[in-house]
Amino acid sequence: MGIGLSAQGVNMNRLPGWDKHSYGYHGDDGHSFCSSGTGQPYGPTFTTGDVIGCCVNLINNTCFYTKNGHSLGIAFTDLPPNLYPTVGLQTPGEVVDANFGQHPFVFDIEDYMREWRTKIQAQIDRFPIGDREGEWQTMIQKMVSSYLVHHGYCATAEAFARSTDQTVLEELASIKNRQRIQKLVLAGRMGEAIETTQQLYPSLLERNPNLLFTLKVRQFIEMVNGTDSEVRCLGGRSPKSQDSYPVSPRPFSSPSMSPSHGLNIHNLASGKGSTAHFSGFESCSNGIISNKAHQSYCHSKHQSSNLNVPELNSINMSRSQQVNNFTSNDVDMETDHYSNGVGETSSNGFLNGSSKHDHEMEDCDTEMEVDSSQLRRQLCGGSQAAIERMIHFGRELQAMSEQLRRECGKNTANKKMLKDAFSLLAYSDPWNSPVGNQLDPIQREPVCSALNSAILVSRSQRKAAIVNLSLLGPRNPQSAKATSSCPSNGTGHTMSRTDGSIWNWILCIRHSGRLPTLAMHFKSSHYIVAFSQHGSRPALQI
Amino acid sequence: MACLLETPIRMSVLSEVTASSRHYVDRLFDPDPQKVLQGVIDMKNAVIGNNKQKANLIVLGAVPRLLYLLQQETSSTELKTECAVVLGSLAMGTENNVKSLLDCHIIPALLQGLLSPDLKFIEACLRCLRTIFTSPVTPEELLYTDATVIPHLMALLSRSRYTQEYICQIFSHCCKGPDHQTILFNHGAVQNIAHLLTSLSYKVRMQALKCFSVLAFENPQVSMTLVNVLVDGELLPQIFVKMLQRDKPIEMQLTSAKCLTYMCRAGAIRTDDNCIVLKTLPCLVRMCSKERLLEERVEGAETLAYLIEPDVELQRIASITDHLIAMLADYFKYPSSVSAITDIKRLDHDLKHAHELRQAAFKLYASLGANDEDIRKKIIETENMMDRIVTGLSESSVKVRLAAVRCLHSLSRSVQQLRTSFQDHAVWKPLMKPILESGAVELLCGLTQSENPALRVNGIWALMNMAFQAEQKIKADILRSLSTEQLFRLLSDSDLNVLMKTLGLLRNLLSTRPHIDKIMSTHGKQIMQAVTLILEGEHNIEVKEQTLCILANIADGTTAKELIMTNDDILQKIKYYMGHSHVKLQLAAMFCISNLIWNEEEGSQERQDKLRDMGIVDILHKLSQSPDTNLCDKAKTALQQYLA
Repeated sequence: MGIGLSAQGVNMNRLPGWDKHSYGYHGDDGHSFCSSGTGQPYGPTFTTGDVIGCCVNLINNTCFYTKNGHSLGIAFTDLPPNLYPTVGLQTPGEVVDANFGQHPFVFDIEDYMREWRTKIQAQIDRFPIGDREGEWQTMIQKMVSSYLVHHGYCATAEAFARSTDQTVLEELASIKNRQRIQKLVLAGRMGEAIETTQQLYPSLLERNPNLLFTLKVRQFIEMVNGTDSEVRCLGGRSPKSQDSYPVSPRPFSSPSMSPSHGLNIHNLASGKGSTAHFSGFESCSNGIISNKAHQSYCHSKHQSSNLNVPELNSINMSRSQQVNNFTSNDVDMETDHYSNGVGETSSNGFLNGSSKHDHEMEDCDTEMEVDSSQLRRQLCGGSQAAIERMIHFGRELQAMSEQLRRECGKNTANKKMLKDAFSLLAYSDPWNSPVGNQLDPIQREPVCSALNSAILVSRSQRKAAIVNLSLLGPRNPQSAKATSSCPSNGTGHTMSRTDGSIWNWILCIRHSGRLPTLAMHFKSSHYIVAFSQHGSRPALQI
Repeated sequence: MACLLETPIRMSVLSEVTASSRHYVDRLFDPDPQKVLQGVIDMKNAVIGNNKQKANLIVLGAVPRLLYLLQQETSSTELKTECAVVLGSLAMGTENNVKSLLDCHIIPALLQGLLSPDLKFIEACLRCLRTIFTSPVTPEELLYTDATVIPHLMALLSRSRYTQEYICQIFSHCCKGPDHQTILFNHGAVQNIAHLLTSLSYKVRMQALKCFSVLAFENPQVSMTLVNVLVDGELLPQIFVKMLQRDKPIEMQLTSAKCLTYMCRAGAIRTDDNCIVLKTLPCLVRMCSKERLLEERVEGAETLAYLIEPDVELQRIASITDHLIAMLADYFKYPSSVSAITDIKRLDHDLKHAHELRQAAFKLYASLGANDEDIRKKIIETENMMDRIVTGLSESSVKVRLAAVRCLHSLSRSVQQLRTSFQDHAVWKPLMKPILESGAVELLCGLTQSENPALRVNGIWALMNMAFQAEQKIKADILRSLSTEQLFRLLSDSDLNVLMKTLGLLRNLLSTRPHIDKIMSTHGKQIMQAVTLILEGEHNIEVKEQTLCILANIADGTTAKELIMTNDDILQKIKYYMGHSHVKLQLAAMFCISNLIWNEEEGSQERQDKLRDMGIVDILHKLSQSPDTNLCDKAKTALQQYLA
């Protein structure tokens, strides 16, 4: 019998620990198996009547087992996330009782958690502060401000700076520029994004040919998607249908930045329960999805011309009223953070100062949802001319790739990127193809973030400390070290290197905020197995 | 030039300091009481944190004057209090300061001060007393010389959180041994201190807890009382369990684990009680972890060793908890090579604790391996374990040596295990063979010459275990290293345990026929002498029995038999013990006879005849009627040898 943890998709016909992403403690020899057929001596053997506990510590990603309430010591370190409790039975007749916390555990898990709570609290309390960083209020305000500036939430940044008596060190115009570019990227309008970048930061892309190539490949993908402006102008379809996105299966629905943004900000800005926020977030982003269609369309094509769709009126109105009601709406502001995190074109429009009424948004929301669900997606929006334009663009891209290779040498990443993008054309329904995830709007995020960082880096090179994060920079080695331990997945962590300690801090705050979650996880992953021998049952895994 | 100038300058600085110190002392003699008070206050401010100044003032005779002012009835309470504060400050300095204060009879003066009605003055006296009694140079007996002191201190416990803290601290430092425990217990220490465990002040809770740990240590009376004490509706053991929760300060966890350990060892809490098995034991294992300070790891390991020593189930649980056996291996890595290079302060700290860590680890290994063969195997298989023990046996610190030999002794109970392991070492590292084999033997033999009886017992005990079913070479090594002179010295050792284990060693050396003949051929004369001596001496039954067993072993040899058969004196003694009133001795003597007359062996006929002539057969007939079935059977079997 083996007791342990497995990631999704691990072979259920084998004992936990033997395969990749699977970890187990086996009763016959007492060894621990860490994704390997060869065990390491770990603990005692166990058998009928023993109670075995398995505890995953989500703070340091370790796991230990208990036997009859006695801790056997750490079995695994550096565990990946999202593991499931697993029991593997091999001998006929083995029976297991699992306890996920419905009965009291034999091992005193509460006591263990108390120790960790104290530890983390002490870690936060003892965190070293330099002389200039001693003023907590100021520091936290700077953190928030620099975060807002970095991600280009200029209206929020401005309002925040005003209410906290700070100066925003990057001029607003510059933030707005970056924001504009980000919006275009996240809306899938890559052509315009590239053009705007070239206009505003003339030599930037010249100096970053690989970045330009990445942007162009993304543009190609957006052409296939039918969202890029170059193919959109060729399509003859209504604005509604043009922009409807496939609904992403992710809980934090599609055109969003990494959910960790929302979380971090939530923890910084408010201490409220997370469930309330999540629901707010979801409904809000739903609204955004539908809303965006109109706005981006009207923005690009029909800017000032005939507005024949009724909903568009309301949206335009909201835009014209923008900044006015900004500070009056505190509650909205919170939701706004999320939507900001979403980084969505239209959402920024109204979130950063919309006076749009809730019911209006809901109206258009429901309407659009019906619309989009009935839609079938077509290559390049279904227009023949658009397809031709896309093919032509593909050839240009191929040429560019060859040129790049001549000039800068081989680049496997670029090669793969291009190959993947071209593979989309091999399928009649690219969205449902094995390479279809490239079309997912979520894939815009890394591109967006890379471009944003490149702009920030280029600016700070020209003008030292333009983004004044140096105050929070890794001044002492300890904070620098801690930075490297922050998770590197998700776009939220692709900020420039100077602001390491921001993440460091957020890491700490998240930790303390995460403890209730930890408790929950303990409950579900700390389980108890008791054996009894009755009847013969086939080997099974739970 | 610079050198010439420097000396006078330094001297003048020194004299200035002395001059200013003198000024402080002079002011204590001012006729104006107000000026005296101000002088004492100024002195207080001058000595805080200044050891040099403290030493100066002591040399200049400030202490007797301060004590005079403190005891003078005309002194205001304020002045008295300030005097006590200054004296307390002086006591905070070096050990020499404390000695000087003791020489001026400060303790009776301060104890007298406790009779004052003024709380501030009492607290100042107690603080000073606390500092003096917690110094290692103060004899704790001074607290008990005046019988009225303890009851008065008990009464003062209710006065304030400071009196509580200081008095508990004094008790926990001055309670050494059962006499002190009894005095404090009889004056109601348990009832008076128990409720302090729920005090709002952490310091008070902590000092109260420390009191209980010293009160309960090896004291069944106190321990039995403690289990039934209620504080705020909760039993004391439950309160201790709460205090060892993992979010409590380490000091508190460790001390409450000690309290529960001592209560358990004193028989007041069962070893299978959940508060021991699921709370105290895991807590103590955690105290051994690398995350803890070196001092905490030493205390944790020692306390755990003490807790599990008599109970095999606790040993088994501890052995699987948090990889304890591997964790202990880390105790031998101090000072680490890294600390030596990078950080002198750390090196110093490591060095200071290195001996303590090693002896604590040896003690815990000894307890862990005391009973269970599987645990011993796990310990012996720990990396470098045998090398560490061998090194430990030759360390300069007696504490480490004793712990190492205890550990070896504990592990050597599983004789098979140990020798296999030694041999394995030899196989792996042929060069290590002489060091490991004869090295260990020599070290153990050396220990048998120690002044310390515990070292002698454990040394000879380990040798006895090593000789059990050992190969000829190891036996020869032991005999050679020990020397017959030492063997005889040990046979006349004043310590009964040493004598018993030495006889055991002899018996183990003299087993299996070839070994017996070999050893008796070289040392036969001396061994027979020794045996004779013991059988003639005033010894208890166990010693005589063990000696007769040695004779029986000798009788089992082929050539060695003759040493008995040709020794009429010994034969008479065997005959005597066959008729002894104690069955054990009769049985042991029977063994000798059986071995001598056994039929199938060469020359058995002659031996049978000789023994018959001595009247042995008559005795055998008598014994075959014995009510003791064992004895009766043996006698019948022996008689059959004659019939065949």
